[in-house]
Amino acid sequence: MDITFLLNGETVALRDAHPTTTVLDWLRESRGLKGTKEGCNEGDCGACTVMTRLPSGPWQAQNACILLLPHLHGREVRTVEGVAAPDGTLHPVQAAMVAHHGSQCGFCTPGFITSMAAAHANGATDYNDKLAGNLCRCTGYAPIVRAAEAAAQEPVPPHLTSPSSLSAQPQPEIPESADALAEWYAAHPQATLIAGATDVGLWVTKKLADLGEVAFLHRVTDLNFVDVTETEIRIGATTPIATLREAIAPHHPSLAELFRRYGSEQVRQAATIGGNIANGSPIGDSPPALIALGATLHLRHGDTRRALPLEDFFIDYGKQDRAPGEFVEGVSFPRQPDTLRCYKLSKRFDQDISAVCGCFNITVESGTVTQARIAFGGMAGTPKRAAATEAALTGNPWTEATIEAAATALASDYQPLSDMRASAAYRMDAAQNMLRRYFHESQGTATSVLEVQP
Amino acid sequence: MSVAKPLPHDAAPLHVTGQARYVDDIPVPANCLHLAFGTSAHARATVTALDLTAVKSAPGVVAVLTADDLPAANDVSPSAHDEPLLAAGEVYYIGQPIFLVVAETHLAARKAARLAEITYAEHTPLLTIDEALAANSRFEDGPREYGRGDLAAGFAAAATVVEGTLEMGGQEHFYLEGQAALALPQEGGEMLVHSSTQHPTEIQHKVAETLGTPMNAVRVEIRRMGGGFGGKESQGNALACACAVVAAQTGRPAKMRYDRDDDMMITGKRHDFRIAYRAGVDAGGKLTAVDFTQYARCGWAQDLSLPVADRAMLHADNAYFIPNVRIVSHRLKTHTQSATAYRGFGGPQGMLGIERVMDHLAAESGIEALTLRQKNFYASGGDTSGKKMQLEAPKVSAAEEDLSSRGATQVDDPETPPPPPEGVQTTPYGQPVVDSVCHEMVEALCKKADYAARKAAVDAFNAANPVLKKGLALTPVKFGISFTLTHLNQAGALVHVYQDGSIHMNHGGTEMGQGLFQKVAQVAAARFGVPLERVKITATDTAKVPNTSATAASSGSDLNGMAVAAACDELKARIGAFLAEVHQADPATVQFQNDTVQVGGNTIPWQKAIAEAYVGRVSLSATGFYKTPGISWDRIKGQGRPFYYFAYGAALTEVVIDTLTGENRMLRVDILHDAGSSLNPALDIGQVEGGFIQGAGWLTTEELVWDAKGRLTTHAPSTYKIPACSDRPPVFNVALWPNANREPTIYRSKAVGEPPFMLGISALMALSDACAACGPHYPALEAPATAEHVLEAIARARG
Repeated sequence: MDITFLLNGETVALRDAHPTTTVLDWLRESRGLKGTKEGCNEGDCGACTVMTRLPSGPWQAQNACILLLPHLHGREVRTVEGVAAPDGTLHPVQAAMVAHHGSQCGFCTPGFITSMAAAHANGATDYNDKLAGNLCRCTGYAPIVRAAEAAAQEPVPPHLTSPSSLSAQPQPEIPESADALAEWYAAHPQATLIAGATDVGLWVTKKLADLGEVAFLHRVTDLNFVDVTETEIRIGATTPIATLREAIAPHHPSLAELFRRYGSEQVRQAATIGGNIANGSPIGDSPPALIALGATLHLRHGDTRRALPLEDFFIDYGKQDRAPGEFVEGVSFPRQPDTLRCYKLSKRFDQDISAVCGCFNITVESGTVTQARIAFGGMAGTPKRAAATEAALTGNPWTEATIEAAATALASDYQPLSDMRASAAYRMDAAQNMLRRYFHESQGTATSVLEVQP
Repeated sequence: MSVAKPLPHDAAPLHVTGQARYVDDIPVPANCLHLAFGTSAHARATVTALDLTAVKSAPGVVAVLTADDLPAANDVSPSAHDEPLLAAGEVYYIGQPIFLVVAETHLAARKAARLAEITYAEHTPLLTIDEALAANSRFEDGPREYGRGDLAAGFAAAATVVEGTLEMGGQEHFYLEGQAALALPQEGGEMLVHSSTQHPTEIQHKVAETLGTPMNAVRVEIRRMGGGFGGKESQGNALACACAVVAAQTGRPAKMRYDRDDDMMITGKRHDFRIAYRAGVDAGGKLTAVDFTQYARCGWAQDLSLPVADRAMLHADNAYFIPNVRIVSHRLKTHTQSATAYRGFGGPQGMLGIERVMDHLAAESGIEALTLRQKNFYASGGDTSGKKMQLEAPKVSAAEEDLSSRGATQVDDPETPPPPPEGVQTTPYGQPVVDSVCHEMVEALCKKADYAARKAAVDAFNAANPVLKKGLALTPVKFGISFTLTHLNQAGALVHVYQDGSIHMNHGGTEMGQGLFQKVAQVAAARFGVPLERVKITATDTAKVPNTSATAASSGSDLNGMAVAAACDELKARIGAFLAEVHQADPATVQFQNDTVQVGGNTIPWQKAIAEAYVGRVSLSATGFYKTPGISWDRIKGQGRPFYYFAYGAALTEVVIDTLTGENRMLRVDILHDAGSSLNPALDIGQVEGGFIQGAGWLTTEELVWDAKGRLTTHAPSTYKIPACSDRPPVFNVALWPNANREPTIYRSKAVGEPPFMLGISALMALSDACAACGPHYPALEAPATAEHVLEAIARARG
């Protein structure tokens, strides 16, 4: 592929670039920019964070280790070497990190600097979220957050605010519309589609897989939307989780909170809703919530479209109802009063894969359950509805006795596995207790440790 | 003076701009080769066939080496010569290197390493403590035992006796920079090795053995590591030796860095422990007897497990005087990664044992937990009597020693320690405790952090909340400072003053982020009375300072600061004598201050003074040397004074748990920590904050899981969860305790690398307190306190 982008203010045009070369490897090995570090090579530690944006768009923090060169096509990227002003004046976050002792061994520091500079450029001060994807083993984070706070009031340096221009020629493997994608994919049905590469990137860096033919979806802008109408909310497949989190917050705040804990800032900027569904993982966080909302999945092959209930897409572990050349175009669900609660259980609150993700959407009218849609991730080989639990609730009074009966029924809905994240017994206990938590919450009882203040 | 100033880390401006150079960032010649290990897929097996055809023919592969291709020694062990660089027939854990791929690129080497066809005859591995015990699979011939007094009498005098078992997990270092080495072949068979190591002399020694050359043919350099935490004391040996062999054989530079998954699969971690205990207190809350049995899962090779297990025994008392005590330690050999040094070096595990005992005794005796702890602190300054008793222990045979490794068994002849002063309490191993500040520090912390009111507030919260429960705990730390292998407590330095007045400072310590170089540079600038800018900090280099000990055991500033001070003082004496003669003054009156030298009423600017000294043919280069005085230790008898002094600290942690899922988090932490007269309070507070979070991580979210075959299933940050930004407590108050070291350490400072790690124990004890609020029984919370373990503990509390 021919790829054009801006690197620290300079235009870079690569001819015949290998499409699965990671930005990190290219920066370090081809470009000699050694400031960007490899800490894990799977997008979990943030040492490789770089800032990217569409010309004149907002800066985003991204993990260079699982960002592939074609992702940069038409974008501007700044590495840690390009954060200070061209005359060498330190960026406010750099100066503050020195003054507040925010670096010890220094290896994670370039990634923190780029994450902090991106947050600073956007005026963001939710540092726990903005830095969730940057691991530091030395400092315990306190001085880093102090540095971020100290720099917050400083102006954004001009070299990060001035608009840039760049012309990137369209590439067939980097389609710029859903129609172009549909046509290309129908003609190349064995190809791998790559959206944010937060999962596919690991096939490259960890499985060391040769992906063969690939196409990149990040420039399919007409699938990057959240449409809210009178009757439904429809989400385009290439909508990043970060965008969706903001858009969904007024309608289903608990889902927005789930998305706050989805991956990290870097991952949420890259990962798309379509990717999270299409990869069919039993532990993806959006499917259980969307199933609980009664979502419909929209698939497209060439000019042929079909729709199916989202839960039917997941046939078995590693097997989805998707034909070669067919892709996820979007997902929609009906507008509804918000009774959704999403409970993500993981060893660590941020940037962790769920051991159990339980999503409950229960309607109670005049003290009786009139509808219940409940789905779990991490409890089966696919994201799966809790049919017996739903049945045990529906039509019954909204009481502790009903909850207990439903919790018993839940044991017949799932046979979870033991793995490094949790034992089968704990998964079941926790899943049942999530149902109890939903009830407690409905009674006004405090149930979230995250909401307790010191 | 430059000491005691809160200056930033010397490399901070380089860190924040991406200019700080780590091993993998060093520019290499274009013909550099890249290496990767092919590793074992079975925990215990005989390799019956090794077909490397596909590996050799993979794109970019230059060569593939097996044990047969090594020129001399096939061993990277820091202790018992039991750790082949490449397995020779038998494999002992999943992840053990079997062959070495040499390729044109890192990626080509990694890809090729997966193509081997290996046939194994599998044997049943010993994976757990119970399996190893049943098979009597252990290091040393039997358990070690330290202690004193009369246990039976102690238990007879107890009003409350508790018994239990605590399981505690290990810990992955998760240094952000993975293991890395680069070997550059020199003329005449010499080798220059850049290694991300805490122990350059160890690397030099093992590379020399591997190449079959004397140590003088190998030079090892390290400017900085991207974190170490003990994980780079011995675990870098394999990479450095592999690179050196390839560089020697091909004449080309060779570089190796582990991919993160490889790093976690191949290298050792903190030892997981089981500690069984029986303990009693009298009606007044005084400990009468404690009987510990510690089981350390050491993995497949000895590495540093013996001194780790020793240090666990030496911290079984923590800050408490125990009149009658027995500590038995089993060092178990299993078919898993060889557990290694990790910040605290067994101390945290030993200390967690007694803190669990205190927690359990408080629950059963009804004595408030902090009160119980306070009743048993060593007396301040040491003013009540403690009796000691000699216990005979079995002898171990002396192995061929790796003298600079902590893995060496006793090679020096321990002196008989002098008897403790009358009326001073001693540790279970007979060391007088003369510097305890626990009483004062804990009292101050309680006041500062409002312990009593917050305890009441926690009770009120728990009464009002059916689902969420809070917990509060205050735990002390008393950590012994010195290598327990006495002869390692030495350090060298090399200081040059150039004719322009600039100073080049070098010492044997390594920089891994702790700020050692800056602290020692502050010492040098203070000695010379010059601004810090005159001092150039340089990479650790075995050609400049030989025979160094690992930068470990928190010893870096104590040892190297003194060595550098000695070198500076030697230069000052020479310069002073010369200038005194020139200016007809008494050499004793020469002063070095304010960037000048003052001689007989003359104030000579530093640079001019140095130029004069140079022209006067004064040698402006000096070495410095330091050895810790007054220490002596017999690890077999478990008697002596292994530690020069103790460092103290105390932490108060408040947590909240969700009784439905076990999810939990810290809400507030208050810490007072004793860094003596701090050389640099900003850097020391950084060690305290970071150490606490790392310690809390060990005991909460960081869980290592092996499957039934012995495969580590948590080998990447996707599955192994160190604390993230939001895991730090929202209120986090850290202060240093003003407490000049009683011993004449460098500017009366105290070591600060490891001790704060153990402040994290307060997080586990606070979680235990929250679990205890759920029911009448003792929750016996295990570590790490994952949500799952917390939920189990809640169930036990409810009964």
